[in-house]
Amino acid sequence: MAQLTMIQAITQALDLELGRDPSVLLFGEDVGHSGGVFRATDGLQAKYGQERVFDTPLAESGICGLATGLAIEGFRPIAEIQFFGFVFEAMDEIIGQAARMRFRSGGRFHCPVVYRSPFGGGVKTPELHADSLEGLLAQSPGLKVVIPSNPYDAKGLLISAIRDDDPVVFLEHMKLYRSLRQEVPEEAYTIPLGQANVVREGRDVTIVTYGAMVHTAIKAADQWSKNKGVEAEVIDLRTVSPLDVETVVASVKKTHRAVVLQEAQRSAGVAAEVVAQITEHAIYHLEGPVIRISPPDTVYPFAQLEEDWLPSAERVGAGLDRVLTL
Amino acid sequence: MSAVLESRPLPFLQILNAQGEVVNSDRLPKLSDEKLRDIMHKMVFTRIWDDRAVKLTRQGRLGFYAPVAGQEGSMIGSETATDRQDFILPSYRDVPQAVWHGWPLYQAFHYSRGHQHGGAIPEGVNVLIPQIIIGAQIVQASGIAMAFKLRKERRAAVTYIGDGGTSQGDFYEGLNFAGAYRLPAVFIVQNNQFAISMPVSQQTAAARLADKAAAAGMPGVQVDGMDVLAVYAATSEALERARAGDGPTLIETVTFRFGPHTMSGDDPTRYRTKDLETEWKAKDPLVRFRAYLEKKGLWNQSDEEAVIEEARTAVTDALAKADATPAMSVEGLIDSMFAQLPAKLAAQRAEYADKEGC
Repeated sequence: MAQLTMIQAITQALDLELGRDPSVLLFGEDVGHSGGVFRATDGLQAKYGQERVFDTPLAESGICGLATGLAIEGFRPIAEIQFFGFVFEAMDEIIGQAARMRFRSGGRFHCPVVYRSPFGGGVKTPELHADSLEGLLAQSPGLKVVIPSNPYDAKGLLISAIRDDDPVVFLEHMKLYRSLRQEVPEEAYTIPLGQANVVREGRDVTIVTYGAMVHTAIKAADQWSKNKGVEAEVIDLRTVSPLDVETVVASVKKTHRAVVLQEAQRSAGVAAEVVAQITEHAIYHLEGPVIRISPPDTVYPFAQLEEDWLPSAERVGAGLDRVLTL
Repeated sequence: MSAVLESRPLPFLQILNAQGEVVNSDRLPKLSDEKLRDIMHKMVFTRIWDDRAVKLTRQGRLGFYAPVAGQEGSMIGSETATDRQDFILPSYRDVPQAVWHGWPLYQAFHYSRGHQHGGAIPEGVNVLIPQIIIGAQIVQASGIAMAFKLRKERRAAVTYIGDGGTSQGDFYEGLNFAGAYRLPAVFIVQNNQFAISMPVSQQTAAARLADKAAAAGMPGVQVDGMDVLAVYAATSEALERARAGDGPTLIETVTFRFGPHTMSGDDPTRYRTKDLETEWKAKDPLVRFRAYLEKKGLWNQSDEEAVIEEARTAVTDALAKADATPAMSVEGLIDSMFAQLPAKLAAQRAEYADKEGC
């Protein structure tokens, strides 16, 4: 099996689905001839032609509106938002239009669109490139929001997203694109949307997280295992909407303690929803409060301050200490 | 090359003047007597239905309603030029085009009332649910038109927006995409001269809204929206260009809504003078087309009365059918969110099904 980076796994998923289903189209800014700013779509226009893999004018609402119209007519568009900070330009087409189409039309029309987009901190991007905006999307009815943490999951989740009959926002953390390699089967496979993964087993405390923070959580868990004999269980949500409440609750019932770690700002986001689900379903199993570890409620401080702003393994460790001593 | 093919600003296209006299015989569309009578039938029917809908809204029997009287020339003229296979993306006022394109009237009443069944457009009817967000239909029209182009089908997407909507970012994005990809789309700007209360002269420094087509590299045509034949002619030519692979067209129909913006409290006397209303009521699209047909011996008082009777009955029947449709339920609403219900929604569905649930 080949060792692939996440970006290679994503390209492979796109390639396989374009090859498998003629209704799949791929478009966005610079995705055609140039192969995308991260080369995620490299070679796909040459292979599948300019009608199926193409560049668009620089207009995010136009791109997503094009996707809505094509989806209504039976295509499966994969629309790329070049950086997820640009999604504000397309919020109506995603949340106001595609996500509501099935409801508005009483099931007559639906929008099997995948909105792929790079996001995530720690790679010194300009302003409004790195922001974790998944909470805004996760709060929107009719949408699914997927955030893989590794190459294997990225491929299986992206294939599931493309085959899904409803709109899916698929967020690709830029720091993960080329920072790790993993064995990835050449053939197509799917990982169901809405299914979390226990990536590290443990008995003492549960860390619930997703995206690049999965690696920060594992690092902290390994350190605390070595230094303090604490065994943390790490859950990678993989899909932040809909949440896999069952896996989270089962883990918390075992460990009786939990921290929720996210790269997005603190309030009203995915972590808050996870905490709410734990209190609703497992409060009598808890031996202390469930805490959130996240950056503060500020705008993303691009480039200069991001390393201090993003949660570190040390901060996660401090959080583990807090919930273990409460 | 016909005038519509030129991308330079063109004069206002009028074929019938306010008295119903042909003033531009070169552009007079060649329509059968049957087709001419059909256009009149649709306009009278729409006027009666609109009048009844306004009253029903006042009585609380309909919900959201945007009156259409005055704009029938623009609405019926353009819709009549389409084929059934063309796809119409209406805005909230464009209910008549959607209905004449096959959307059942009782479902339009459901839409007015906020009943989900209103949007369940029957299979084979190429219409989208009327758009509320100003401009969203413009970007989507490019997507639908691209689907036709990719499948090499001789079909076009036809979408409508008002003068106010031409200020919206999505308007420019959708037009630009259609121009850049040379898509089979027709964008119809129904310029009724007010964005709720703001006159066009204050909305833009552009001399004509049709001129906005130039930025997207497509022809922009301004027509007399009170002249159903001018609108028909311009739309037909635009559709021919679209189907022939010659790309999109922007049509500005200069028109006037006789009533308020919607039935939700708008008072046009706050922003329009009586004189302006009188001036435009004299341009009534029904009056001039009726005069034209009467002179040709194609329409008379008994034809008119027959349509009025037919429209009244149709509205009554459609209303009865809408009333007879089962009410929406929270369970049904939840079921309509996804192809397969995620676990969290299944749990929420069960909570609501149990009236004691929380």
